[in-house]
Amino acid sequence: MADYESHSYDVIIIGAGGAGLRAAIEAKGRGLNVALICKSLLGKAHTVMAEGGVAAAMGNVYSEDNWQVHFRDTMRGGKMLNNWRMAQLHAQESPDRVRELEGWGALFDRTKDGRILQRDVGGHRSARLAHVGDRTGLELIRTLQQKAVSMDIDVFMECKILKLLQDAEGRVSGAIGYWRPTGEFISFTAKAVVLASGGVGKSWKYTSNSWEGTGDGHAMAMWAGADLIDMECVQFHPTGMVWPLSVRGILVTEGVRGDGGVLRNSDGKRFMFDYVADMFRAETAESEEEADKWYDDHTAGRRPPELLPRDEVARSINSEVKAGRGSPHGGVFLDIASRRSAEFIRRRLPSMYHQFMELAGVDITATAMEVGPTCHYIMGGVRVDADTTATTVPGLFAAGEVAGGMHGSNRLGGNSLSDLLVFGRRAGMGAADYVEGRTGTPTIDHDELEAVVQESLKPFTRETGENPYDIQRDLQEMMQSNVGIIRTGSELEEALVELDKLVERADNVAVKGGRVYNPAWNLATDLPSMLTVSRSVTLGALNRKESRGGHTREDFPKPDPEFGKVNLVLSQPSGGGMHGEIKISPEPLLQMPDDLKVLFEETK
Amino acid sequence: MADVTMRIWRGDDKGGQLVDYRIEGNEGEVVLDVIHRLQATQAPDLACRWNCKAGKCGSCSAEINGMPRLMCMTRMDQLPAGPVTVTPMRTFPIIKDLVTDVSFNFEMAKRVPAFNPPPAPEGGYRMAQVDVERGQEFRKCIECFLCQNVCHVIRDHEDNKAHYAGPRFFIRYAELEMHPLDTNDRRELVRERMGLGLCNITKCCTEVCPEHIKITDNAIIPLKERAVDAHYDPVAWLGRKITGRKKRSADEAAALRP
Amino acid sequence: MAVDNASITEVVLGGTRGGPDVKTLREDKWWKLPLVTVLGLSAFVVYATWAAVWGDSNFFYLPHNIISPFYSPCLAHACKAAGDTGSPVFDWWRLSPALIILVFPLGFRMTCYYYRKAYYRSFWRAPVACAVQDARPGYTGETRAPLIIQNIHRYFFYAGLVFNVLLTIDAVQGFIWPTLHHQLVHGQYVTQSGGFGMSVGSLVLCVNATLLWIYSLSCHACRHLCGGQIRSFSKHPIRHKLWKFVTPLNARHMTFAWCSLFFVAFTDLYVRLVASGTITDFKIF
Repeated sequence: MADYESHSYDVIIIGAGGAGLRAAIEAKGRGLNVALICKSLLGKAHTVMAEGGVAAAMGNVYSEDNWQVHFRDTMRGGKMLNNWRMAQLHAQESPDRVRELEGWGALFDRTKDGRILQRDVGGHRSARLAHVGDRTGLELIRTLQQKAVSMDIDVFMECKILKLLQDAEGRVSGAIGYWRPTGEFISFTAKAVVLASGGVGKSWKYTSNSWEGTGDGHAMAMWAGADLIDMECVQFHPTGMVWPLSVRGILVTEGVRGDGGVLRNSDGKRFMFDYVADMFRAETAESEEEADKWYDDHTAGRRPPELLPRDEVARSINSEVKAGRGSPHGGVFLDIASRRSAEFIRRRLPSMYHQFMELAGVDITATAMEVGPTCHYIMGGVRVDADTTATTVPGLFAAGEVAGGMHGSNRLGGNSLSDLLVFGRRAGMGAADYVEGRTGTPTIDHDELEAVVQESLKPFTRETGENPYDIQRDLQEMMQSNVGIIRTGSELEEALVELDKLVERADNVAVKGGRVYNPAWNLATDLPSMLTVSRSVTLGALNRKESRGGHTREDFPKPDPEFGKVNLVLSQPSGGGMHGEIKISPEPLLQMPDDLKVLFEETK
Repeated sequence: MADVTMRIWRGDDKGGQLVDYRIEGNEGEVVLDVIHRLQATQAPDLACRWNCKAGKCGSCSAEINGMPRLMCMTRMDQLPAGPVTVTPMRTFPIIKDLVTDVSFNFEMAKRVPAFNPPPAPEGGYRMAQVDVERGQEFRKCIECFLCQNVCHVIRDHEDNKAHYAGPRFFIRYAELEMHPLDTNDRRELVRERMGLGLCNITKCCTEVCPEHIKITDNAIIPLKERAVDAHYDPVAWLGRKITGRKKRSADEAAALRP
Repeated sequence: MAVDNASITEVVLGGTRGGPDVKTLREDKWWKLPLVTVLGLSAFVVYATWAAVWGDSNFFYLPHNIISPFYSPCLAHACKAAGDTGSPVFDWWRLSPALIILVFPLGFRMTCYYYRKAYYRSFWRAPVACAVQDARPGYTGETRAPLIIQNIHRYFFYAGLVFNVLLTIDAVQGFIWPTLHHQLVHGQYVTQSGGFGMSVGSLVLCVNATLLWIYSLSCHACRHLCGGQIRSFSKHPIRHKLWKFVTPLNARHMTFAWCSLFFVAFTDLYVRLVASGTITDFKIF
C-alpha cells in the first residue's frame, strides 16, 4: 500500500464557508482537535458572495418583530415544506448569532441609536436583514475567518475531499482527498465529520455559483448512506445579470429591490402587480402609489410585489420574457436609477454599482439593469436532525446549504447567512457531543482508501478519452434546458437518459499533464458528485408532481396538498457511488406542534 | 469579434516561459473568460485560481501586461491591441502557471492580535455609524493580495518577508486601532515587528486595489502617525508621563487574548 | 512578559518566483510620471537655490510693501539693506537670510508624505513605478537613520503653521503702503502717500499665503492631529468635525503640494522682477 500524508482529528469539517467556520469555532471552543478543509483558499467560499444581509428578528428597526413572525415568514416562504423545528431554532437563535459576530469584530451598518440596522428583502414581513452595504457575506466570512485564525484552528486549504470513509460499524471515521497544489493524496481519521460543503449550482449553465458548487457534500453523504431530501427544490434567483454573456448569471442583490428598485418589462410596466398569488394578496400592495408609500413607512401601505418571495418573482420574470415583453438580451429591467438618487444608490449598493460599471459598462444610477433568473441555491439537501444536525449516518453532521429542510421548497433572502450561523454552531455542538460520547479509536479501511485513490488517478492512464470540460458543458446545458426553472415530465425523463450517457462518458475521462494544480483533473474528480447531484435533482423533480416553491412543473402547475405533506427522500441503499441506483420515496413531514400551528391560523 | 493572442506564462518552480495562444474573443469578455476558454479547448492543464468571477472573492489575481490585476475584472476590450500578457503574481513562490503560493499572507494573518472588545452589554454593543464607517472601508478587502504582490518592500527584497506584514495587514491593524470598542494597542507592535517603517508610502498598493480602498492615506499613514504618537513624539511621551496613560509594548500587544 | 508565539511560524524565504525574469513587463508609459516629477522638482530646486543664495538684493519692494516668501520673516542683516523697515533678529548673519528661513518649509516638504512618495519614486527609484523593479538591491525603508527622521514631520508641520502666520501678516502688510518722500528704491526715486493700497503684488502674496495654508491643512499629520488619532468620532464631535473638514483637503494633498510649490517660486520671482524694476507692479487702487 502506498504511503499517504495522514492526519488524525476529533472533528474534521469539510467546507470553510460560513457554516464550516462557525462549526469549527464551536468545536474548537469545546477544546476539541479540529481541522477545517476547503477546496479553495480560506475566505473564498461562496458565503463571500452573499450580498443583502443576514436575517434575524432583532426588532431594531420595527420593534414589533419577533421570532414567531420570522418563523412564520420562513415557513410560508418555503410553502410549508420546511422542517418546522429547524425553522424555529433558526428564527429563535439568529439574533444572538448576529450579535455574537460583533464581539468578533464584525461592523454592521447602524441605526441612529447605534444598534444594528436592518433592511427589507422579499418575503420578510419586517425590515430584518442586518447588513453591511451590499457585501454582508464578505463581512460574515471574514469575521468568522479571523476568529478561527485567532483560535489556531488547523486549516487545510485547496484540499479536495473525494470520499468519506467509514469503519466496520458504518460510522463515519475519516475522509480521503488530495492537495490541489501538489496533487498528493491526504487522508484523515476523525471521530466526527461535519459537511459544510455548500451547494450544487455549477451543474447549470446560468448560475451564480462558482466552480466549487459541485455538490460534493450532497454526493458524499449519499454515497456514505445518508438520506437526501427535496433535492428538486432549487432556487433560481430572480435577478442575475444577463448581459454581456460572459457575466450571465452573476447575482444582482435582492437589496436593490429592498431599497426601492422595481421590475419593468419592455413596455415600462411594473408587471409584478399582475403576478400576486392568492397566498400573498392580503399583504401586497395593489397600486404603485400604495407600494411606494411602504418604503418610507411600512404602516402607510402594503409591500410592493417586487418583494414577494424569490420563486414568485423568478417565475414572473420568466413568464414576461416568454410573452415577448423582455429586454433586448432576454431579461427584464430592474430600475432603481429613476427612483433613487445617484448618491443613495452608490452608498447603499456600492458593489452593485461597481459590478455593473466595470463588467457591463452600465451606470446603474442612470439606467436600468437587465436581469433574469439564475441558478442560485438548493433548498434540498442532506436530511438532518434539527437540534444536532446529525445525518442518518453515525458520526456525520451537515450544516448550511448542504443540509436540507430548513428552507422547505423556497428560501427567503437573508435566511441563508443566518442558517449558516445557527446550524454551523449547532453542527459544532452536535459533533462535539458525539465525539465526547463516542468510544474507541476511529479506524479507516485502507483498501477502500486505496481504491478511491486509484479510481481518481484513472483519467491519467487513458491515452484517449473524453475532455472533462466537454462533459461539464454538456451537463450544464442539459440541466439548464431540461431541469431548469420550469420543468415537465417528458423533459425530466429525457434528462435521466442524458445523465446515464454523461455518467458513461465520465467513466472515460482522460486528462493530460501532471497532478500539480491541474484544473482538468480537478474537474474530472468533481464530475462524480455533479452527476450524482444532478440525478438526485432530476429524480426529485420527476416525482414531485406539483408546483411548489422553487420547483415548478408545467404539467402540474398547482400545488398539490398531498405532496405538501411529504418530503421526497433519496438514498442509495446498495451504494455504488456515481453509478449507484438512487431510491426515492415520499415520507411524511415532521408534525408541527399545535402551539406553532396557531401562528398560521390567526394571521391568515 | 476577432481572434486574440494570449501570451501566458506556463511553468513551475523548475522554470517556464511565455507561450502564445490564438483564440477567439467575444464581446464584453474579461481576461478570465478567455483563460477559461483556453482551458476548455487548447490548454486543459493551464492552472489558474478563480471562484466568483465577479470581483468579490479575490482569487484570480495575476499580472496582466505587467500590472497586478484581477483577471475577472479586466475587460479584454480595455486592453491595448496586441498580445495580452498574463503572468503569475511575482512576489509569491510559483506553484504552477498562474497559481502562486500565497501562504505568506496567511502567516501574517496569524500574527494579528485579535479584536479585543469589552464584554457585550445587554442587548448588544452600541456603535455609531460614523465610527464603524472607517473600519468598514478596510473590511471591503477581498484578500486578493494584489497590494502585497505589488509592494516593492517584499516584491524586490525577499528578506523583508520575514518581518513585514504588508499593506493588506496594515489595513487590518488600522481597522483594529480605529475600532471604537477595541481595547488593545498595537502601535508598538506594528512599528517594531510588522515592518511599518519599511513602507515608503509610494502608494502602489492603493493603485492596484480592486476595491479602491485608500490603503496608504487612510490606513498606513494614520498608522505611521500613531507610531509617532507612541514612540517618536517627545510631547506625546511627556503627555503620557503627566496623565499616567500607558501604551502597550509589542510583547504586551501580541500576548493579549480576548 | 512572555510572548505567546505558539501559533507563529517563520515565513519560508527564497521560493522560486514565477514569470519572466525581467525588470518589468509593463509596456505603458510608466516612466512618464517619475520623469515629470524629476523635472518639476529639479526646476524648483535650481530656482530656489539661485534665489536663496545669489538673489538677496531684490526680495523686497518697499513702495508696495511686498516681500518674497523666501525671505520672510525679515531676520538677517540683508533685510535692512533691502530697505525693510523691521529690525532683523539675526543682524549678525551675513549670508542670505533665505538660508535660515527655507530650512523650515524645506523640512516640511521633505518629510511630507506626498513628497516622500514623489522623490522615493522618481529620484530613489524605489520603486520608480508600480510593478517595476527597485533600482537598488538592499532596502530598509524608513526604519533607520537617516530616513527615520521622517517621523518628525509633525514638528515641521507646526513650524509650517508659524510660517503661514508670518506670510499671512506679510500678505496683509502688502495692503499697507509706507509714505515715501523722494526715496531711492532700486535706483528710482519714489514719492507716495502711504495707507491702504492694492496692487497685483498684494494679491499674489494673498494667493501664496492661501495656498500654503491649504497645503498645510491638507497635510496627513494635520489630519491625524485634528481627529484621525481618536478611536471614536462620536465621542469627540468637535474633533470629528475638524477631521471631516481636512479629510477632503487631504485627498488632494498632492495637488496642493504642487500648486503651492510653484506659486511660492512664482511669488519670489514676481517680487524680484518688480523690485529690480523689470516689470511694474500694477496698482489697482
